[in-house]
Amino acid sequence: MTTTDLPLGPVIDTSSAPTSGARRVEQQKPDLLLTQEHHMCPGCGEPIAVRQFLETITQLDAVDRAIAVAGIGCYTSFSGTMDVDLVQALHGRAPSVATGVKRMLPDALVFTLQGDGDMVNEGLQEVIHTAARGEKITCILLNNGVFGETGGHMTATTVLGQRTKNSIDGRDAEYHGYPILIGDLIAQLQGAAYVARGSVHNAGAVARTQKMFKRAFESQIAGAGFSFVEVLTMCPTGWFIPTPEGPDYMTETLGEVHIMGELKVDGKVRTTEELHAENIHKQREVDDALARGGLHT
Amino acid sequence: MTATAPARERVLMEGSEALARAAIVAGCRFFAGYPMTPFTEVLEHFAKLLPDAGGVCINAESELEAVGMTWGALSTGARAACGSTGQGLSLMQESFSEITLAELPLVVFNMARGQQDYYQATRGGGHGDYRHIVLAPQDVSEGVELVQLAFHLADKWRNPALLYGDYLLAHTQEAITIEPMSFPELPAKDWAVDGSLSGSGGSRAVTPLGVGKVGQKALGQEGKAQYIATKLPLMEREVRVETGYLDDAETVIVAFGSPAKFVKYAIRQLRAAGHRIGYVRPITLWPFPYSTIAEAAAGPNVRRIGSFELCAGQMIDDVRIGAAGRAPVEFIGGVSTDQSGFGVGRILDAEVIAERLLALHEEREQPPIPGYDVNSYALQPHQAEATR
Repeated sequence: MTTTDLPLGPVIDTSSAPTSGARRVEQQKPDLLLTQEHHMCPGCGEPIAVRQFLETITQLDAVDRAIAVAGIGCYTSFSGTMDVDLVQALHGRAPSVATGVKRMLPDALVFTLQGDGDMVNEGLQEVIHTAARGEKITCILLNNGVFGETGGHMTATTVLGQRTKNSIDGRDAEYHGYPILIGDLIAQLQGAAYVARGSVHNAGAVARTQKMFKRAFESQIAGAGFSFVEVLTMCPTGWFIPTPEGPDYMTETLGEVHIMGELKVDGKVRTTEELHAENIHKQREVDDALARGGLHT
Repeated sequence: MTATAPARERVLMEGSEALARAAIVAGCRFFAGYPMTPFTEVLEHFAKLLPDAGGVCINAESELEAVGMTWGALSTGARAACGSTGQGLSLMQESFSEITLAELPLVVFNMARGQQDYYQATRGGGHGDYRHIVLAPQDVSEGVELVQLAFHLADKWRNPALLYGDYLLAHTQEAITIEPMSFPELPAKDWAVDGSLSGSGGSRAVTPLGVGKVGQKALGQEGKAQYIATKLPLMEREVRVETGYLDDAETVIVAFGSPAKFVKYAIRQLRAAGHRIGYVRPITLWPFPYSTIAEAAAGPNVRRIGSFELCAGQMIDDVRIGAAGRAPVEFIGGVSTDQSGFGVGRILDAEVIAERLLALHEEREQPPIPGYDVNSYALQPHQAEATR
């Protein structure tokens, strides 16, 4: 093989000065992160989701009234790095703590940051009742279908057939029971105004998820009721797969069961069929955009 | 009363309402609870009174959520409280432990069933190294004062304070006035979150974990535990106790809460008959008045100490620690309950108490509890064998 056989990278035109100055890596971080460092594994989807909602808070000009309530999981390490006033809650208990915060500070933008183990296992009744009360907060679920922090154990959202450390031959409905589709469950509750399930497996999904955060926060600010954004995130470490396979594994397992899309908008619940149709349409849009040379949302 | 000072009329009021009103006078603006007898009416009165005071009362889906919501309200710097009976408090223990580590000034109302929750209140049912300041009023009028003190002490030490009441405290009507008490000024709660420092580079974290924001000084997990431990001996200075007739006492009785008021009445009767009996009434169960017990036990005429409690004997441990062998300590209380299960049973009767006090004083065996049929609780043969 000669050097000319190697695939070429993007050609940088050096004939004129660049249109903008060079930027260091840490300058790419969201304004609301105190450092570019994070404590996540390579290939983890959580930092991508965190970036999306932090940038959304800045875009909505709601920074100086934003209060986070963090659960316990891998993402808890963002408690110290997010430049957001924060209350650290117990595993599962963030929605109640956020309720107390919001009732005392009705003008604040209050959101929880929780994982599937935290919210759907330990704290299921918290999020259900908080949604039913129409509490004007936004609950954010980072759903990877495993307890990532403990090293890949089954949660209530683990899909059938998924291998975890305590469903070693794959989740079996007869033995382990069925996964809980939490977004679908919450959408049924009258107090829930906006419910969406996003993902971070590719650029199109990331852009879509950011819009979901925007609508959820706007819904809270408008006082419409409870808002909920679930984000499917990659956990190659907890899934015991090579890091680059994370996105595909996610769409083929979690993504097939926890269907992406806006599950409830302006109080109207949308069916799984509607979501599927929309997803096919969106994928076509993404494919077309990529064929044109990039995504510009 | 002069014409310029408006008369504060004494009103006949149930304990539950008086406690809620005292809390609101103390600045409490958030309450969350779950109905459970005999605590239920405390929740009812907060629900009725807080909205008009500009506050919020939430009927939580369980005690777990009640304490969680209160945790959130406290994090904003508001004065806030939750409550239940000891059974409900058992559900709240994980949060109590962590709220203490987060240094939040929680106030808890326990309208207990009897005095079976002494260990839970003073040792904690939760994990970790912590203590809650525990105040045990003997009646409604003292309750009105101790509720206000609880909010002050919780803020002063940034440590939870618990009001230990019972069925009698919650449901007895007394003629009272609710006067706002004044306390030394406390520093502003600059640690509380309101979102205003988000994005400033100096945002705050209210957390039990000992970690802080990047670039800010944090104690770490071990440092946090050490810091909480450092506060404990300082908080012990908040000890409060009432004593009576100790100068010439041959017998000293230790009792707290509503039953202590019965004990004091019985002792006055026995004194009138010439029996030299004195008493120690801990007002704070933690910190416990060990030195008062030690002094009482070392009294020139003291021959014995009796611990009177409506349970199988829990406070007696602390009485023994205080007495430290200076005088023998005997348990003269007992499980006192009836069909209601609320701890207002056969022992909570001034005459029955007087008999038990006198039996101790005259070094006789404790009389049987009236109406208590020991045979209906007979041990199984293999258990009875163990007594041989």
